[in-house]
Amino acid sequence: MAQLTYHQVDSDILRAMQAPGWRYYTLLSIDLIVVAWGIFAWRYTVQHGLGVWGLTHPVMWAMDITNFVFWVGIAHSGTLISAILYLFRVRWRASIYRTAEAVTVFALFTAGLFPIIHLGRPWVFHWLLPYSQFGGLWVNFRSPLVWDVFAVMTYMIISVLFFFTGLVPDMAVVRNRTSGWRQKIYAFMAQGWQGTDRQWRHYKAAYVFLAALATPLVISVHSVVSWDFAQSVVAGWHSTIFAPYFVAGAIHSGLAMVITLLIPLRRIFRLDAYITQQHLENLAKLIILTGLIVGYAYAVETYIAWYSNNVPEWQRFTYQVTGEYAIPFWIMILFNSLVPLLFFVKRIRTSTPWLFAIAILINIGMWMERFVIIVTGLAHEYDPYSWGVFIPTWVDISITLGAFAWFFLWFLLFIKFLPVISIVEVKEELPPPTRSQNGEE
Amino acid sequence: MIDLNACVGCSACVVACSAENNIPIMGKEEVAYGREMSWIRIQRYDEGTDERPDHHFIPMLCQNCDNAPCEPVCPVYATYHNPEGLNAQVYNRCVGTRYCSNNCPYKVRRFNWHTAQWPEPLNLQLNPNVTVREMGVMEKCTFCVQRIRGAELAAKEENRDLRDGEIVPACSQTCPTRAIVFGDLHDPESEVAKLAKNPRGYHVLEHLNTQPAITYLKKIKAGPVEG
Repeated sequence: MAQLTYHQVDSDILRAMQAPGWRYYTLLSIDLIVVAWGIFAWRYTVQHGLGVWGLTHPVMWAMDITNFVFWVGIAHSGTLISAILYLFRVRWRASIYRTAEAVTVFALFTAGLFPIIHLGRPWVFHWLLPYSQFGGLWVNFRSPLVWDVFAVMTYMIISVLFFFTGLVPDMAVVRNRTSGWRQKIYAFMAQGWQGTDRQWRHYKAAYVFLAALATPLVISVHSVVSWDFAQSVVAGWHSTIFAPYFVAGAIHSGLAMVITLLIPLRRIFRLDAYITQQHLENLAKLIILTGLIVGYAYAVETYIAWYSNNVPEWQRFTYQVTGEYAIPFWIMILFNSLVPLLFFVKRIRTSTPWLFAIAILINIGMWMERFVIIVTGLAHEYDPYSWGVFIPTWVDISITLGAFAWFFLWFLLFIKFLPVISIVEVKEELPPPTRSQNGEE
Repeated sequence: MIDLNACVGCSACVVACSAENNIPIMGKEEVAYGREMSWIRIQRYDEGTDERPDHHFIPMLCQNCDNAPCEPVCPVYATYHNPEGLNAQVYNRCVGTRYCSNNCPYKVRRFNWHTAQWPEPLNLQLNPNVTVREMGVMEKCTFCVQRIRGAELAAKEENRDLRDGEIVPACSQTCPTRAIVFGDLHDPESEVAKLAKNPRGYHVLEHLNTQPAITYLKKIKAGPVEG
């Protein structure tokens, strides 16, 4: 990036925020239609009851909770890149962390809907919040679902604060280049930023504090989500490996989602000078690591199911690999733990089409992983008389598609309203402008 | 206490329970998909061959576990342990997370997928002592809590203690072979406490440490003596 100047960084990055063309509006309209369809499907559910989903006795959770776990997982890599890599002073994070962090915030906006959507009576969802109800009745603090409420809300608050704090100096850049009502909004978000020494000192201190607060959340939030399953008696859920297994899977899926979004972003807005092949390669290397951990977790689960000599565990495992959901299971094994191994080959991890294709496959695989864990565990539990099969209905599928569209809606708006790359941190990587350099311009 | 030696699998208990507890009729398609609402079911297991069929019946209903897995997972205390040891379900409080059902190893909890319809004249058969549930809430066997409360009130009015056998849930009342017996396990003189001491007694899925309140008496099968 040595050839870039401060001025060029400003204009390159802000170019993405220029008035959108017809392609953008087309994409936005299609996305809005899918969101509207998803909302309609949910409204239909509220009117007619959860019976319009494919859920049955005994499979009482399926795509609803799959989506919840999947989106919370997607959120994780953003915090990994923005907070953990910041604390470790990893320099290559500078140009990708803004997008990764946006993925975190929007994935949480999406995940946060599902605890409400999945309720039988969503109109009383506020009973899940910790406050004194009906004259002294509180929520049940022993329930993993209440832990989820705390985990996800904490994560959402910290991520949003971290996101907007990181934006402050950039907002000042945008403020200085806009006018009218837009300028007022950006001026508010810039919080009177002038770039004085004192402001920088406070800003950096706040940023480090928030990074330090966010770091443990990468581990804790998905551990808590995994306890929804690990704390139960269900064979195949009740497993001590779940917390690390879910955290690794979360980062795995999140990294894949970040790659999936960075590649088109870089191409459309010609940001190759900022999001280089090196960045994507580094992400691919991280994916090798998380893919190996996930693959190890699959192996351990299988081994323990056999070694424990526990009849329900073993029947659940054989059901998983050969039963109604065998195809999702093998997709999960293939896409999550085997396909990422291709990144060991340098030619593959430096090739954009390969990266994009494999990232998409990991996204699919990780969604399937959550589905397989949840549904196969419930479908074949202890009592063979009450085994059952979940078959998705159009409502299940519409709500799932609507959730994806909802996530992309936020992302589309983000591209046009906020700088997708941190202007300030990219400038930090550049040599400071000197008189001779200015003279050349 | 349920004696599997006596159970003939007639399903009278299932019918009685439906009538007593306002259990909705779901219809052919829903039931085929696994959404029947019955709080008690007769599980059939076929172990024999075509030439020599060997059927077993086991009535399965809420075990009212002392260490119930459904209770701690409910985020809003809609299911909880009452002082009598009953595993109670509060319909008004239930928000429908369905976690209790997922965590029930006996799979005896039923979810209201839709608001049940009671078209004329079915509305006339509703039991006025039992709440009619709306969509989105979980329900399950209550051990006919309305009968327990009724008997308690009657005893209180007569200023006496409850007598053994005074409380009879609908399933037990209807069982033609007296396979289902209800009573107070804490009273060593009660019929149920004596029966539970039977060497045939066992708890279903005992190894999960749910400590069920229902003791089953194992069926004695004809066949060659083992060992």
